[in-house]
Amino acid sequence: MNVRLASLIGLLLLWIAAAWIGNDPEVLPMPGALLSPFWAELASGTLPYHLAMTLIRVLWAFALAMAAGVTLGLVMGLFPRVDAWLDPWLVVFLNLPALVLIVLCYLWVGLNETALILAVTLNKIPNVTTIVREGARALDPDLKAMAQVYRMPRATYLRHVVMPQLAPFVAAAARSGVAVIWKIVLVAEFLGRSSGIGFQIHLYFQLFDVVHVLIYSLSFIAVMLLVEWTMLQPWERRVRRWRTA
Amino acid sequence: MDDAATLGTPGAALENCVISVDVIRKSFGDSHVLRDIRFAVEKGETVAIRGPSGIGKTTLLRLIAGIDTAFEGEIRRPDAMAIVFQEPTLLPWRTVSQNITLVHPELDRDSARAALEKVGIGDKADLFPGQLSLGQQRRLSLARAFAARPDLLILDEPFVSLDPLLAEEMLTLTEALIREYRPATIFVTHDADEAARLSDRILTLGGAPATLV
Repeated sequence: MNVRLASLIGLLLLWIAAAWIGNDPEVLPMPGALLSPFWAELASGTLPYHLAMTLIRVLWAFALAMAAGVTLGLVMGLFPRVDAWLDPWLVVFLNLPALVLIVLCYLWVGLNETALILAVTLNKIPNVTTIVREGARALDPDLKAMAQVYRMPRATYLRHVVMPQLAPFVAAAARSGVAVIWKIVLVAEFLGRSSGIGFQIHLYFQLFDVVHVLIYSLSFIAVMLLVEWTMLQPWERRVRRWRTA
Repeated sequence: MDDAATLGTPGAALENCVISVDVIRKSFGDSHVLRDIRFAVEKGETVAIRGPSGIGKTTLLRLIAGIDTAFEGEIRRPDAMAIVFQEPTLLPWRTVSQNITLVHPELDRDSARAALEKVGIGDKADLFPGQLSLGQQRRLSLARAFAARPDLLILDEPFVSLDPLLAEEMLTLTEALIREYRPATIFVTHDADEAARLSDRILTLGGAPATLV
């Protein structure tokens, strides 16, 4: 925790040094210069509103992409025939730029929430699938044989034998997933929505207002760090408990 | 049944058996591994399957256990089966007592505890398997096998990778448990002493493709 704090303070010092050398608040203001406009945005309710809009979109896309990706990855990892058929699709979608999917979804579905969430979800699914598929391929055959001979119920087998083996892979997919998803959500908001952090950044980009662009992006980074530290990491520690016991 | 008769299955005698095995042919691709293996095991009887390593003992065991179902022939087995592998094969992410109750949903915590007491690790119920010594993990694997009173017990060289002292300890424990619960037991080993000590009958695999000799 101390190293983490020192590391973040180091980043802050780097920023101050760069702002001091650059000496142009229009391009890079000092960190302190963000405080009073930040309070103004917070007090007016604008920042919380757009933050909430983006968070809801991130949550939706995250939940959908994880559910679909874990299912698909599990099926592809367990059944080589399905894998043979779906693998080329996976490669196509893995290499499809996020921007293309976003534009196509807006064109086909319309400039609405559904299109945004669909675009972000489709962007993330191949990634989750690839990681979870590796996990499914690495499942212990001896435990499977054991479960088979003892006629372990299918649901028990999935929950207590398969899922714990997949947990590190799902955790890896989730952590890289959240980071990627919120960036794509911002791009999608930038391109076609009238709310959210991405929309605000678009607005202040047109006004060439670096201070507000920084305020909005940093607020969201802070929220995501909080999610990482208070939810993702404790969950990971819990499922890893047996390793360190 | 006519088909079976022409193949020489001793039909009537099999009716009282816990398990009857009739493997006509088992091959992996072009390599023909097993042929014409026919035997049955009664309740309370312990049968050892011996043979040099690589002959196909484990292949046969996987057919008997129903892990591998791709073969020609017929195997009739009971529902309540238990297996002890060469390795403990536990769920390291679940506690010692959950390792029993998850595999046997019909057992409650107390019965699991009783099964653990039987093998001398009753005080370890809430630990994770990784916190046990290798010998204790083996004991847990035995407790799991006997906990639900199996009709058929399958042992796949359970003492092969142990040092002599631990092997003797486990052999004695296994002997006692088999005597108490009296399942039909099929036991694979390449050790003649082990086979003689634990089993009522010894079947030997030999030849290529392997059959009973």
